[in-house]
Amino acid sequence: MYNGGKIITGLIIFVALATFPFYANFGKTVELPSELEAEPDEMHLGNIPLVNMRSEHMKLLDQWRDEVVRGGKRFIEYDGDEYEKSLQNGCLGCHEKQEFCTKCHTYAGVKPYCWSCHFAEGEEGLL
Amino acid sequence: MLDKALTGSKKYWTLVIILLGISGVGVFTYLHQLKTGLGITGMSRDVSWGFYISQFTFLVGGAASAVMLVIPYYLHHYKKFSKIVILGEFLAVASVTMCMLFIFVDMGQPMRIANVFLYPTPNSILFWDATVLSGYLVLNIVIGWATLHAEKKGTSPASWVKPLIYLSIPWAISIHTVTAFLYAGLPGRHFWLTAIMAARFLASAFSGGPALLIILALIVRKYTKFDPGKEPIQAVGKIVAYAMSVNVFFILLEVFTAFYSNIPGHMHSFEYLFVGIEGHSKLVPLMWTSVILAAVSLFLLIPPGFRKNESILVFACITVFISLWIDKGFGLVIGGFIPNHFGTVTEYWPTIPETLITLGIWSIGFLVLTILYQVTVSVREELGTAKSEY
Amino acid sequence: MKIDRRKFLKLTGATGIGLGLSATDIFTKGTVEASSGHSRVSTAATRLAMVINIGKLKTDDDYQRIIDACHSIHNVPTIDNPKHEVKWIWTDTYKHSFPEQINEYHPEAFMKKRFPLLCNHCDHPPCVRVCPTKATFKRPDGIIQQDMHRCIGCRFCMAACPYGSRSFNWIDPRPHIKEKNTEYPPRTMGVVEKCTFCNERLERGEEPACVESSNGALVFGNLNDPESEVRKILNTHFTLRRKPSLGTMPSVFYVIGGEDYAG
Ligand code: HEC
Ligand code: HEC
Ligand code: HEC
Repeated sequence: MYNGGKIITGLIIFVALATFPFYANFGKTVELPSELEAEPDEMHLGNIPLVNMRSEHMKLLDQWRDEVVRGGKRFIEYDGDEYEKSLQNGCLGCHEKQEFCTKCHTYAGVKPYCWSCHFAEGEEGLL
Repeated sequence: MLDKALTGSKKYWTLVIILLGISGVGVFTYLHQLKTGLGITGMSRDVSWGFYISQFTFLVGGAASAVMLVIPYYLHHYKKFSKIVILGEFLAVASVTMCMLFIFVDMGQPMRIANVFLYPTPNSILFWDATVLSGYLVLNIVIGWATLHAEKKGTSPASWVKPLIYLSIPWAISIHTVTAFLYAGLPGRHFWLTAIMAARFLASAFSGGPALLIILALIVRKYTKFDPGKEPIQAVGKIVAYAMSVNVFFILLEVFTAFYSNIPGHMHSFEYLFVGIEGHSKLVPLMWTSVILAAVSLFLLIPPGFRKNESILVFACITVFISLWIDKGFGLVIGGFIPNHFGTVTEYWPTIPETLITLGIWSIGFLVLTILYQVTVSVREELGTAKSEY
Repeated sequence: MKIDRRKFLKLTGATGIGLGLSATDIFTKGTVEASSGHSRVSTAATRLAMVINIGKLKTDDDYQRIIDACHSIHNVPTIDNPKHEVKWIWTDTYKHSFPEQINEYHPEAFMKKRFPLLCNHCDHPPCVRVCPTKATFKRPDGIIQQDMHRCIGCRFCMAACPYGSRSFNWIDPRPHIKEKNTEYPPRTMGVVEKCTFCNERLERGEEPACVESSNGALVFGNLNDPESEVRKILNTHFTLRRKPSLGTMPSVFYVIGGEDYAG
C-alpha cells in the first residue's frame, strides 16, 4: 500500500478545513457601522481618548474586571462622580448592548463570550 | 521514519480504521458534552470527579513500564532488554497522551486550559502535574525517536540522548508521585489522606504498566515478524510479580490502619467499596472482582514454575491489569468521594456518553501506540533484526 | 447610536450605610496576614466572620427567607436534580453538619434543628491551596473569593473543600434561575461557584444578604476587632465550628448555648 502521498494530501486538506474559522477573519479590514458623535479627543470613562476606545475598550474591561473581582476596587471617579466599574451596571448604563456593542461586533466579526454570564438589559441572547 | 506508518499489512490498516472509528465516536460525543455540559456524565456535586480523572490516574501507571525497562537496560546494562526498551518508551508516550486527553475532557472550561500556564501557581499540585506530564511526554518522544533513528542507521544514539534517558528515570517517578499528591494532600478525604499513597501508586504502576507491556509484546510477536525474545519477557514477568505483591501488601496496610484504629472516617470508604453503606453498593461486585483477580494473579505469578509458562504468564498479566484497572481506574477515585462530607452517600456510575468519550480516548491512545509500534517493527523488519537473540 | 449619559448608575450615595465597612477600609487596613508559632489565628487587621444564632431561627420560613435572599440576589439556579444542584447557602441536620462531633445525647430539640451551611471562608483554605490558576483566592479581609473569568472548571477545589461548600455548574444554569437580578452576573456551564460573603454588597456598604434578612439571627463583622458584635457574642456564648480538627479555621460560628440562643 503506497498511497502515502494521497493520505498526506488528504490530511493537509482536512487540517486546512478544520482550522478555517481561525484564519477566515485574518487580515480583514472592518468597516465600522457609524461615526463618533462626540469630539474624538474627549475623554471616555476610564480616561481613554474617545478615538482610542474602539481598540482599547476590551483592555479597559479586562482591567476593570481584575480590579473589581481580584482587587475589590469597584468604583471609579469620573467627572467628579463615582461610577461602578461594571459591564452590566456600568457600560450598559450608558450604552445599549444590542444597538451599540452587538451591532459593531457583528460588523467586526467578534463574539465576546462575556454574555454567557453577564446579563444584558432586557435580553437573553448569547451574542 | 513516520512514512513507515503509512505502509502496513491489511491487518494493520483494519486495526487503524477500527481505532479511528471508535475515536471518531468519542470525539463526536465530546462535542456534545462541550455543548451541553458535564451534566451528561454521571458525576455530581458529591462525586465531582469520575471516570475521566480515574482513567487518567490509572494511565499514569501505564507510563511506568518505560522506567522499569530503562533502569535495568541503561543503569545495569541488562542487554536482554535491548529489543523491548523502545516498546516501553512508546507505551509511555501513548499513556501520557491519554492522560492529557482525560484531563482535558474533564475540564468545565477547556478553552481556558492555558490559564494553568498563564498564571502559574506553584502551590497547586495540578499545576505540577500538568508540568511533569508534558515534560515526560516530550522526553519519551525524543528518546524513543532518537534511539530508533540511530538503530535504523546502525549507529549508537547521539551523545545528548544519554543524559535525557537518565533524566527520564527520576522524571517517571515524579509523575507518579505528583499524581498521588493530587489526592494525598486533601484534608477531610480520609481514604486519600495517607502517606503511602505515592508508594501505592508506584507499586501499582510498576505492576500494571509492565503487565500491559507483556501483553502487548506478545500480541506484536503474534502478528508481526518482531520477536522480543523469551528471556526479556520472563524478566519483565518477574518485575510484575514483585511489584504486584508489594502493591497488595500496601493495600492491606491501609485496611489494617483503618479498621484496627476503628476511626469511622477511615473505615467508611472501605465499607462503601466492599460491603456497601445503607444499601448503596454499586461498586461492591467490581471491587471484589478486583480482589479475586489480584489473588489469582499472585497465585500465578509468585511460583516461578507457573510464571515460566508463557500462556500462564499472559493470563496472570491480564488478571493484574484488570484488577488494577478496577482498583485504581475506578475504586480509588470514586471511593474517596463516598461517603460525602456530610456522611451521606451519592453513588456514581458512568453514563453512556461518558463511556463513549472514555473509549474514544483509549482508542486514540491505542492508535498512537499502534502507529509507533508499526514504525518500530517496520524499521527492524527492514534491518532484519526483528528477532531477538535471547 | 443611542447614548444616554444620565442612565448610568450613580452609587455615590450608597456607600457608608450598614456596617461602616467601606471597600477602602477593608483593602488598606487588612494587608498583613501572619501567624506566629503554633497559633493558626490570623492577625490581619480585618477578618470577616459570621455568627449564626441557631436559637433565633425558629420556623421553616426563617431559614427559607435567608436562602431566598441569597439565591435570588446572586442568580443561583434552582435545579431539582440533587446531583446537579448549585447552592450557596442551605440547611442540614446536626449529624450531617458536624459529622465529626457526634454525640447522640445532645438535647433532642437541638438534634432536630437545622443548621444553615455556607462557605466557611477559612483562614487556611484548602480550596485556595489547590487551585491551579489562582481563580479562587483569599482577600486581605479573609473572604475567599473566586474569579469566574479564570476558572477552568477542574473541580480540584471541590475535592479539597471539606465542607461541601462548592457547586459546579454541570448544566446551563440560565433556564433554572427563578427571579433574575440583572445587577449581578449569573454564571455559566463549567465553572465552580460558592458563597462570597456578598463582597459586592460589602463594597457598597451593605451587609450580606442572608444577614440582612435574618432578623438578627445571623451576625456579621470583623473577628479581629475585639469591639465588634461578633466578638461580643463569641465572648459570651458557646460556639461550634465545623470540622475543627482539620485546622482550616472556619470564619463561620454556630452559637449553641445561652438563653435566647439555646436550641
Ligand atoms: C459615562 C457614560 C459611559 C460609560 C459608563 C461608558 N461609555 Fe462608552 N462612550 C460614552 C460616550 C458618550 C461615547 C461617545 C459616543 C459618540 O460620541 O458616538 C462612548 C464611546 C464608546 C466607544 C467608541 C464607539 C465608537 O464608535 O468608536 C466604545 C467602544 C465604548 N464607548 C465602549 C464602552 C465600554 C466597553 C464601556 C464599559 C467599560 C463604556 N463604553 C462605558 C459613554 C460611556
Ligand atoms: C465601534 C465598534 C465597537 C463597539 C461600539 C464596541 N466594540 Fe467591542 N470590540 C470591537 C472590536 C473591533 C473588537 C475586536 C478587537 C480585536 O479582536 O482585537 C472588540 C472586542 C471586544 C471584546 C473582546 C472580545 C474578544 O473576544 O477578545 C469585548 C469584551 C468587547 N469588545 C466588549 C464590548 C462592549 C461591552 C461594548 C459595548 C459597551 C463594545 N465592545 C462595543 C468593536 C466595538
Ligand atoms: C463565568 C461567568 C462570567 C463570564 C463568562 C464573564 N464574567 Fe465578568 N463577572 C462574572 C462574575 C460572577 C463577576 C463578579 C460580579 C461582582 O462581583 O459584582 C464578574 C465581574 C465582572 C466585572 C466587574 C463587575 C461587574 O459587575 O461587571 C467586569 C468588568 C467583567 N466581569 C467583565 C467581563 C468581561 C469583559 C467578560 C468577557 C470577556 C466577562 N466578564 C465574562 C462572571 C463572568
